Amino acid sequence: MPHHDVLVIGAGLAGQRAALAAAETGASVGVISKVHPVRSHSNAAAGGINAALDPDDSWESHAYDTVKGSDYLGDQDAIEIMCREAPDEVLHLEHLGVTFHRNDEGKLGTRAFGGASAARTYYVADITGQALLHVLYEQLMKRPEVTRYEEWFTTALVRDDSGRIAGAVTRNIRDGSIELFTAKAVILATGGNGQIFNPTTNALICTGDGIAMAYRAGAPLMDMEMVQYHPTTLAGIGLLITEGARGEGAHLYNAEGERFMEKYAPNKMELASRDVVSRAEQTEIDEGRGFPDGTVALDITVVPRHRILQSLREIVNVGRDFAGTDITTEPIHIKPGNHYVMGGIKTDIDGQTGVDGLYAAGECACVSVHGGNRLGANSLLDTLIFGRRSGAHAAQMARGMAMPTPAGSELARERDTIAGIISRDRSGRRISEIKAEMGKVMDADVSVFRDETRLRSALEVVKRLQEEAKTVAVDDKGSVFNQDVLGTLELQFMLDNAECIVMGAIERKESRGAQFRTDFPERNDDEWLKHINLSVNGDDVPEVSYSEVTMTQWEPEERKY
Amino acid sequence: MMSRNPDDVPKMSETANYTLKIRRYDPEAGETAFWRDYDVDIAPERSVLDGILYAKDREDASIGIRCSCRAAICGSCGVRINGRSALACNTRISDAAARAGAGNPILVEPMGNMPVLKDLIVDMDAVHWKKIQRVVPWLLPDGEPPEREYIVPAESMIDVTQSMACIQCGACVSACLSLEVDPEFVGPAALAKAYRFVGDPRDGQTEERLRDLAEDPHGMYDCTHCFACIEVCPKDVAPMSQIMRLRRRATGDYEIKDKNNGYGHEKGFVDMIEKWGTLHEAQMLPRSFGDGSMIRGQTEPGAVKQLVEALPTAARGLKSGKVAPKKILFHPKLPDQDNVKKIYKQIESQDERLELNLYIVGDNSSDEEGASAEGSEEGLPR
Repeated sequence: MPHHDVLVIGAGLAGQRAALAAAETGASVGVISKVHPVRSHSNAAAGGINAALDPDDSWESHAYDTVKGSDYLGDQDAIEIMCREAPDEVLHLEHLGVTFHRNDEGKLGTRAFGGASAARTYYVADITGQALLHVLYEQLMKRPEVTRYEEWFTTALVRDDSGRIAGAVTRNIRDGSIELFTAKAVILATGGNGQIFNPTTNALICTGDGIAMAYRAGAPLMDMEMVQYHPTTLAGIGLLITEGARGEGAHLYNAEGERFMEKYAPNKMELASRDVVSRAEQTEIDEGRGFPDGTVALDITVVPRHRILQSLREIVNVGRDFAGTDITTEPIHIKPGNHYVMGGIKTDIDGQTGVDGLYAAGECACVSVHGGNRLGANSLLDTLIFGRRSGAHAAQMARGMAMPTPAGSELARERDTIAGIISRDRSGRRISEIKAEMGKVMDADVSVFRDETRLRSALEVVKRLQEEAKTVAVDDKGSVFNQDVLGTLELQFMLDNAECIVMGAIERKESRGAQFRTDFPERNDDEWLKHINLSVNGDDVPEVSYSEVTMTQWEPEERKY
Repeated sequence: MMSRNPDDVPKMSETANYTLKIRRYDPEAGETAFWRDYDVDIAPERSVLDGILYAKDREDASIGIRCSCRAAICGSCGVRINGRSALACNTRISDAAARAGAGNPILVEPMGNMPVLKDLIVDMDAVHWKKIQRVVPWLLPDGEPPEREYIVPAESMIDVTQSMACIQCGACVSACLSLEVDPEFVGPAALAKAYRFVGDPRDGQTEERLRDLAEDPHGMYDCTHCFACIEVCPKDVAPMSQIMRLRRRATGDYEIKDKNNGYGHEKGFVDMIEKWGTLHEAQMLPRSFGDGSMIRGQTEPGAVKQLVEALPTAARGLKSGKVAPKKILFHPKLPDQDNVKKIYKQIESQDERLELNLYIVGDNSSDEEGASAEGSEEGLPR
């Protein structure tokens, strides 16, 4: 039975950064990940990381852009912290070995990104997330005192008698054994939940595990209705074309050859914030000016070829391998696609959730720095700043505290659940069928444009699928790498996430950020400048409550790009 | 921009039938591995991974495969397809079918050189990650970091970005012929990772790293130059090229004379080509053993001992006709050997050693503005 001061669940950027920060204070740290850490989806954050590092830039400018991008739903105290601490974090990563792009003087160079009033995005070609993730993993390899549990799947959080989180039940994927981990603090860093939608840019592992586990453990979720559709994804499979392409100057055209962003964001054009660009594209497509495959065109050929090959190399490959398009010579067809969840486990600026001993950081958390809409290149920043703060705070809190005693009954219960799944007959629906139905409904009815009728019908489908998920058919009866068992548990996690997203979307009767309600098309600050919190309520739909948006220095204004 | 005629737009392809022949292995069944066929019905432009997931979703969810991103960035789904190491997610199923040949199924089996845990899942820790750990895979700068960033040439960062582009998928490890013969070989992925630090001007241990990997009998000189890793790498990391650059740095910049005769071998090679234009096979061994020198190779006690040990190899060379007895004594020059010498002179007159940047490739002829690539830094485009 492993014991750690700090137990980190998830080993993408937020989890690894949290683990390193905690380990630096001398805490004993365990990192659990259901995949090898370098397989984490932080890899996919291609474009870069924002920081007001240039002397001519300022953190206030970065913070204002972020507040405006969030459609004023972001908490300004948290945004201030993120933007103030960004330059030092980028320098720290540079010192650790990240091969950031340099300018002609050999200093850090930047590229432009959407919704930003200065070019403040630092990058490594278009593999920034990958470069950061691998460099942090280098640091973990350097520190044998951080125990890594690679390919372990956490099934539930565990409390002690006093009600605080005291550990987690985890299954070793390689041999099927189940362990109760004990910890003074647990940090969830399990990433997003894009697999609820189909298509999505998200990896197959992004199933909202941590969000669901925290929700089940009683931690409130916040801003769950705020789901980002990225403006440039491939139709069908949903793979991402980085915003870096537009940052480098690429244009969007409809099927009539019109550079349509002139109508929607005459100043920022293609580099308006993502919700604005995605809605513009969807409007063009819905009104019949898209291509027959339901797309518009992204023309990267306006960017010099050498520059494309040097700094957009990854999407050259994606275009070639997955769309059969040479982006250096022809436009590529794209559409808005599911990409990121702004909402998540409600935390304070140190990652603390509403439940003692439980922290969250990164995409699974909601501080909230992204509010209604996240700016490109702010997600890497969020993972690192709040990963570090969570790790440091949890380690500090753990110091001097006795090792808690988690309730043993939870281990027995999880063992029984898994044994039950494996021994089940094959009469139920297949996991893939339920997942496909969920993905289709979410993409059709809970995406760029929403309304009450469609949201209600989506909720009904989700509730039915939750029932069906209890008896899904399982083919694999083994212990070693039983991915069927994991798929069953992940499906249940995803459906909890889906329910909360739909509930939040029904509840918010206005249009703000990523949430556009055709039946309430205006932003309504008088009634809805507030967060929607959702808490578990037995088997019933979640209980709704509200919390204030923290304002420091920026009053809500009309949002124009 | 060209507005597209709607008729030109590629339509979503019709699906087609493919047969995947997947190598299955269940460690708990007490049976050896076996092949099973799965018929899948997907569009030709979809991937082999899509095909495997089609079978897993609809027919048998117990098929074990690691996979996540579907976009060749996470490195999870390394397998062998028709015997060739690759990521399943960026191998088009129609291409794989074409390679298998008409009427043949697409063979999918786990990667090589690593123990199989289940079906298509191999134990990467036991081989790949152990070797990565071996090369001290973290930056070791000299002294305290500067207040701001390290100032380094832009090209040097682009240069190491080629090895940074590695996603640790293990395809090169799977395909490496040297690893097959010498499982202790540090291997292509780990050596490419080593170059990521050796080529990084911020690292302060360049010489120590090179010396370490040159002295290790399973280190950088264990590569046999077979190109297999370059061929299979899905990210154009070109591990073998990184290994060759390690060697050039070791010999060219630091004159590291290793116990493995790597230095002597390279020097002997270069000297002989300069002298004759072609390789004098009979002198290769003595020169390799004598730090490149023919004299030392024939007189130093240690070298002589090794030469004697190498006699069976020489005998085999004579027997097979690869080395003719007459040529041992007399090796002819190329007719235009003077031109070869000119090339040597030209290269040696350069202040810095020429390193081809292999990462940024492609035709630059249509790129007049390439030099102003930093344009986006001057502000937002619009």
